[in-house]
Amino acid sequence: MAEIHLKKMAHSYVANPHGPEDYALKALDHVWEDGGAYALLGPSGCGKTTLLNIISGLLTPSQGQVLFGDEDVTGRDTADRNIAQVFQFPVIYDTMTVRQNLAFPLKNRGMAPAEIDARVAEIADMLDLTERLDERAAGLSADAKQIISLGRGLVRKDVNAILFDEPLTVIDPHKKWVLRSKLKELHQQFGYTMVYVTHDQTEALTFADKVVVMHDGAVVQMGTPEELFLRPAHTFVGYFIGSPGMNIVPACVEGAVATVADIKIDLGVSYGALGSEAVEIGIRPEFLTLGTGGGFAVEVLAVEDLGRHKIAQVAFAGQTLSVLVPEHTLVATGPASLTFDPKRTLVYKNSLLLEGQADAA
Amino acid sequence: MQRKTNQKAWFLVLPVFLLVGFSAIIPLMTVVNYSVQDSFGSGEFYWVGTEWFIEILNSERFHSALGRQLLFTSIILAIEIPLGILIALSMPKKGWGASICLVLMALPLLIPWNVVGTIWQIFAREDIGLLGHTLAAMGVEYNYTQSAFDAWVTVIVMDVWHWTSLVVLLCYAGLCSIPEAFYQAAKIDGATRWAVFRYIQFPKMNRVLLIAVLLRFMDSFMIYTEPFVVTGGGPGNATTFLSIDLVKMAIGQFDVGPAAAFSLIYFLIVLLVSWVFYTVMTARDGEAG
Repeated sequence: MAEIHLKKMAHSYVANPHGPEDYALKALDHVWEDGGAYALLGPSGCGKTTLLNIISGLLTPSQGQVLFGDEDVTGRDTADRNIAQVFQFPVIYDTMTVRQNLAFPLKNRGMAPAEIDARVAEIADMLDLTERLDERAAGLSADAKQIISLGRGLVRKDVNAILFDEPLTVIDPHKKWVLRSKLKELHQQFGYTMVYVTHDQTEALTFADKVVVMHDGAVVQMGTPEELFLRPAHTFVGYFIGSPGMNIVPACVEGAVATVADIKIDLGVSYGALGSEAVEIGIRPEFLTLGTGGGFAVEVLAVEDLGRHKIAQVAFAGQTLSVLVPEHTLVATGPASLTFDPKRTLVYKNSLLLEGQADAA
Repeated sequence: MQRKTNQKAWFLVLPVFLLVGFSAIIPLMTVVNYSVQDSFGSGEFYWVGTEWFIEILNSERFHSALGRQLLFTSIILAIEIPLGILIALSMPKKGWGASICLVLMALPLLIPWNVVGTIWQIFAREDIGLLGHTLAAMGVEYNYTQSAFDAWVTVIVMDVWHWTSLVVLLCYAGLCSIPEAFYQAAKIDGATRWAVFRYIQFPKMNRVLLIAVLLRFMDSFMIYTEPFVVTGGGPGNATTFLSIDLVKMAIGQFDVGPAAAFSLIYFLIVLLVSWVFYTVMTARDGEAG
């Protein structure tokens, strides 16, 4: 096993790409550490699957290199890369039994039959498939088929990494949880590097140690679930992660004060004279508080009860903000007072997060 | 709870019954009617029971036509099915190449049977046909009107030219329905080209292949027009297949009774063999669940 290093790598499906819009994947440098559990999160069409297929070698990138450890594998064939990949829809060989399915990758690599049997038995034990080894794979349920797909990857001893391309799409909700726990367990037990592609933030945040958020062919942020929540590096991350997403409001920032339509909001730290061009402030609904006094005068437009909490839609300086209201707090539509948590009010320029400086004064 | 029976729904299926009745059952019954009677014309019929059936089943003429027919159909299936699969596998999956291939493949299927016969009849002639003339110029002795072997080769090549496309198109449709992930997974599993065919493409084509085999069996077993136009069943009786023989008997000799018995036996053979093919080829599906 080795760390996977992407060097100045980009990919375009167009033969002669001209502008950045021709690239499905914009130039990126990235390191997947050995033994890490990563989630690749982003909306459909942002380049997640392209990135995954480049790592596994199903696609050759138009530019840049893919390194496994110190070895350049950019031009190397998929079969030589020792990558396991599990696809969105379970892939099994219909005419074979479960045992033959699991043995297939080893047989193709010319391993001795006795060795294959031993290895298949080991993997079957690991995935709780021992009793079903002689069943025909075609007759199994979708989740069992997906486990076999996974098993065909794991059966090779030397796998560098296991890639998952939205593997739980066709799995029943109550089995998703079981499968995901199984994956976590395998990760902890054997330390495979795992990259898990999904557009479902819950899946990403529960599976991974580190989440890589992609948007429009580029990686916009990599971080722990907590980092993504508290300090989104890009307004897209703020909006994409969290339910509902971050409130983003255009503002004029001077020093430690943001001005939104004559209302001055304290930011806690200073950003210098930023002005108002392409400047926005962002705050999560969790860090806004509705009360009866002491804050900005606002109007509550609607309240949605989600059970564990409520979401209030609030008119503030010509914008509509979402505010999270704790379970037992009463809110009614009509006038109210809104307070911002200065520590959690972030400033973005050109959609990118700015770091403020603690004011000397 | 009382269930109310409503028999009015039967009226909805009535048109289908009428249609099937007039198009299939009534004509078939006339044939059955003829097959058990003897006629001397002018509307006089005598009951003969199973006499015609026994006569046909014991006749040398029927045996040899059936033998030729079985040989012809076996050769046709043995060539067209593998060739069709091979062509379908080598066709491009997308882009303009795919469209061109599809149009080219569909062309022979659009040509009427007797035109196909005429094309080949002329094409293979030694005096004016491109194929016949070229072969003669190369010193190959080839004459489909005199040599039984040449006549067979001509009829078989003609059928392959005409109908392989059907197998190709069906297989191609089957291949196109295989998700890309299967090929990607096979790559990751290190499968060879042969293994991809054996374990992914062939099993996924199973269903369309069944249709292709059945259609090609039935059509080639009932072939009439093309060999009739090219060879007229000759030389001698060399290419007189079942349907050609049947027409000779029914219309040429006006032996309505034996011809009717012949038709029914013919029909039952087609039905029986199709059933065997179907049962054998779907047996594996059952196991797979």
